[in-house]
Amino acid sequence: MTIGLSQYLLVSSILFGIGLLGIVIKRNVIAVLMCLELLLNAVNINFIAISRYVLTDSAVAQVFALLVIVVAAAEVAVGLSLIIAIYKKKRSIHIDDFNILKG
Amino acid sequence: MGELIQNLFTADMLYALVFTALAAVIILGAVGVVLLPNIIHNAYCLILTFLGVAGLYLQTGAGFVGIVQIFVYAGAISVLVIFAVMLVMDREPKRTSPFIPKGKRNWWAAYGVILFVAAMFLTITKTVWPQFGSGLAEKTEVTQIADLFLGEYVIAFEAAAILLLVAVIGAIILAKGVKDE
Repeated sequence: MTIGLSQYLLVSSILFGIGLLGIVIKRNVIAVLMCLELLLNAVNINFIAISRYVLTDSAVAQVFALLVIVVAAAEVAVGLSLIIAIYKKKRSIHIDDFNILKG
Repeated sequence: MGELIQNLFTADMLYALVFTALAAVIILGAVGVVLLPNIIHNAYCLILTFLGVAGLYLQTGAGFVGIVQIFVYAGAISVLVIFAVMLVMDREPKRTSPFIPKGKRNWWAAYGVILFVAAMFLTITKTVWPQFGSGLAEKTEVTQIADLFLGEYVIAFEAAAILLLVAVIGAIILAKGVKDE
């Protein structure tokens, strides 16, 4: 079996599926954030595979992958500090307790 | 030794072997993130997945993105996540790792995800992928990425810089809290 574009895309779609499952069934907010990171990594695998097999003459896909990494870093920083701020108030990281915006 | 390996495996087979091993690491790590009950084990499995993805980038020839993946994901983000886990660890383990295996809802979620992945499989295998360029990209030089970032995509580059600055300030203010006057 030779490895081509579709093998990379299959691995990334499996990773995306697992991350999606985690977001739905996990009840710990930090675990939900971790599964979000899995989704972003799946997207990045797609970008890199496209860069090798489809857009072979330029590095545009890798530029986009790097931008995704930047956004992920910013998202984790803000998300975790939000979680800590809410934890200080409610003493819980259960996702059902994160409803303080509800009127 | 090197010649023996060259005689036993062709380059394609070695590539496939490394790819399969890295894919197994990635998938197993992701399954660990979702299914293990202890949140700190989830974090360790997450690092395993990040390293597997970085290996995939290095194998594909995207060396710079692979190194950035190791620095930012396996280094910075995982430390941040583990730090947050330690800060909010509760004495009550049921409360810290609320994973409910008995709920019927989870099985519905699993069926939905399996359906989604099956649809993706069909789409990916049925599609004929076009190619814009000459053959396989063996290796990307960092200078190519630098040319794009400081040339065509300079606005995105600057916007990313501003985003990081705002995120850092916002994170500090959110975590520290603002004193009332």
